[in-house]
Amino acid sequence: MNFDLNSLWFVLIAVLFVGFFVLEGFDYGVGILLPFLGRNDKERRVIVNTIGPHWDGNEVWMITAGGAIFAAFPQWYATMFSGFYLALVVMLVALIVRGVAFEFRSKHESPTWRAIWDGAIFFGSLIPAILWGVALSNIARGVPIDGSMKFVGTFFDLVSPYSLVAGLASLAIFTLHGAIFLTLKAGGEVAERALKAAQRLWLPAILIIAGFVVWSYASTDIFTRLGVNPGIPPVVAVLAMLSIGFFIREKQLGWAFIASMIAIALSVVTVFSGLYPRVLPSSINPEFTLTIYNAAASQYTLTIMSIVAILLVPVVLGYQIWSYWAFRKRVEPTDQLEY
Amino acid sequence: MDALSLARLQFAVTTVYHFFFVPLTIGLSLLVAVMQTIYYRSGNELYKRMAKFWGKLFIINFALGVVTGIVQEFQFGMNWSEYARFTGDIFGAPLAVEALLAFFIESTFLGVWIFGWDRLKKGVHLASIWLVALASNISALWILIANSFMQEPVGYAIKTVTLPDGSVTQRAVMTDFFALITNPNVWVQFPHVFFAGLLTAAFFIMGVSAWHLWHRTKNREFFLRSFHIGVVVAAVAGLLVALNGHSQAQHMIKSQPMKMAAAEALWDSEDPASFSIFTFGDEPNRRDVFAIRIPALLSILAYNTPTGEVKGINQLQKEYEEKYGSGDYVPPVAFTYWTFRAMVGGGIVMILIAWFALFRVIQQRLEQTRWLLRILPYAIVLPYASNTAGWLMTEVGRQPWIVFGLQRTEEAVSPNVTAEMVLLSLVLFTTIYGVLMAVDIFLLNKYAKDETQVESGVLPEPSADREIAVSY
Repeated sequence: MNFDLNSLWFVLIAVLFVGFFVLEGFDYGVGILLPFLGRNDKERRVIVNTIGPHWDGNEVWMITAGGAIFAAFPQWYATMFSGFYLALVVMLVALIVRGVAFEFRSKHESPTWRAIWDGAIFFGSLIPAILWGVALSNIARGVPIDGSMKFVGTFFDLVSPYSLVAGLASLAIFTLHGAIFLTLKAGGEVAERALKAAQRLWLPAILIIAGFVVWSYASTDIFTRLGVNPGIPPVVAVLAMLSIGFFIREKQLGWAFIASMIAIALSVVTVFSGLYPRVLPSSINPEFTLTIYNAAASQYTLTIMSIVAILLVPVVLGYQIWSYWAFRKRVEPTDQLEY
Repeated sequence: MDALSLARLQFAVTTVYHFFFVPLTIGLSLLVAVMQTIYYRSGNELYKRMAKFWGKLFIINFALGVVTGIVQEFQFGMNWSEYARFTGDIFGAPLAVEALLAFFIESTFLGVWIFGWDRLKKGVHLASIWLVALASNISALWILIANSFMQEPVGYAIKTVTLPDGSVTQRAVMTDFFALITNPNVWVQFPHVFFAGLLTAAFFIMGVSAWHLWHRTKNREFFLRSFHIGVVVAAVAGLLVALNGHSQAQHMIKSQPMKMAAAEALWDSEDPASFSIFTFGDEPNRRDVFAIRIPALLSILAYNTPTGEVKGINQLQKEYEEKYGSGDYVPPVAFTYWTFRAMVGGGIVMILIAWFALFRVIQQRLEQTRWLLRILPYAIVLPYASNTAGWLMTEVGRQPWIVFGLQRTEEAVSPNVTAEMVLLSLVLFTTIYGVLMAVDIFLLNKYAKDETQVESGVLPEPSADREIAVSY
């Protein structure tokens, strides 16, 4: 691996996606579990308030990843965003209603009003949680790209049994991640129910993810590229995933959360390292594959952006970690709830 | 309609909608920060309630700004992929910097601020709203740096690249990042947008406060003091918007003379050039049907002297044909002309209202001037109308270019996104925007009029609690 600016930006974008999936992952999970774990309005407010101070900051990881792809690999941005058009429209609609729902749900007292926005939070979390798996599996497997870097497929090229299993896998891991988060952050009965949910979710999640991994082995070249010895990230990801079950049973929930963070982070790392140095493989002709070289911005732009990123990313990490520390207390039904 | 027209319409709908929320965010975040600072320094509880009350309205507005901003970022790739390919080396950078430098701070610390009341140390909590305010403005600056490249491309070179299939194409590449951020267009555009944001927030505060004063609700003191902040900011910001608008126009005559000529319906070059008060034109034949013009005023506005040539549409069209080849280089004249007048007209009315209200406040006769209190809530639409008209004029007046002189809008649209796909997304987005706008106005109206919010700031409890079985 010849480490140049193009590779640095590939790594940076992977870091942004790791941050996004680890953080927004439990956000989605919390949104999906909202109707199941909150039995009355107060409990549902507690659930929403556990991610209240953070969901917006978490979502910026995705927005920044989008901006970073645009700046560092404009051809990747242009091909992928126009190629995945309808899928992105669905994703955007989900993100729009979800974002405003957090803000709006408790600002009016009508039960119907709150039920509508709770529905928006549920579907607005469920749909992206599935779509991200679908999107990543398509990127890993390759999509129809012609010699002029244009996507020449349709929406239905992106929907296959394999990509749907990938969607279910991301849905399962995010929901489990969210359940574990709630055991740590919610007070009262919600935390107990979240623990039960985590216990129930773990095994199905493992099975779906195992199915996805086997299918990936057959249908993408990610693992063949990684070789007989796949390296540390996928092995540790699997171990972390398995250890979640142990920690949940032992009620070591802090450790369970760390394990699910590691499992998500290293799964993303595995996908990205399997892709490298490609960013969007062509299923038509390997010559047409978008790589970190033919899709990249100029060396001048990459240099400027590298300076900006190296200065700012640690600062962002610093204050986001601080914000989690500042709101580390459990959200109790007796608290004054802002959402 | 074809895919190009639908994509343009979708861009217009999304951008106009997004910019309903941005100016209030820019201006109100700063004013809330000021209110909270007064509370922090004086300990006066009134200003704490003020920061909370106006802050709640700010938050309702902010959420919609965020979610529509995501659509803004994505649609450059989704609908305008050829634009993204051609300018990505330059245009992507300010968007990425905006996210890293500003949007992260804005979103993280807004969460900290909303949830930090009485939980964080007062100084830390105050710092969080200042970070939100500062970051909102830095965010606007970087977006305008990106937009300014479309208005006045600088710091670039055109490079020929070979695609994987062996065909060749041209792309713009960045050669000077410093030139990009010192683009003269940025530094006439940013202050204009900044003060327009303050003016929007000031009219918002004045309108809501006037409603309470007119209805003689309790908390008179609260709304009177809020009004004082609003009216001073409106009076000053109103003048500064106009002043900056003037320097922006003077810059536009040099950088985009065609836009200026269209905004003035100036068919042929004049020296000295007259200023149009009212023109009813015959656009296809490029002539006036009926017009009232003040001699030499346009020259005075353009160059601060009564003489000086301002180029007309016909001469510029000829000039551009020689420079860029045959084609139609005239933007929609009537549209550019009337949006320009709507913006300036709204601005003038706002300045008059603000100074009259300030005059009444100084005379201590505000509450006796009942009709003024009665109209001010409706005057909240003025900044929104002017902001919208201003952007429509800026973007439509640049046509047929997406990047002035470098790429035409028709060359920028995604070739693989069909008209049916854009129609579907356009209908979906427009419907959702419409519904959410109605909800937003409903909530703003409710909270702006709610007395109890001034006292407690606690969210309402549901009238009846239900079991889960009923809700799904």
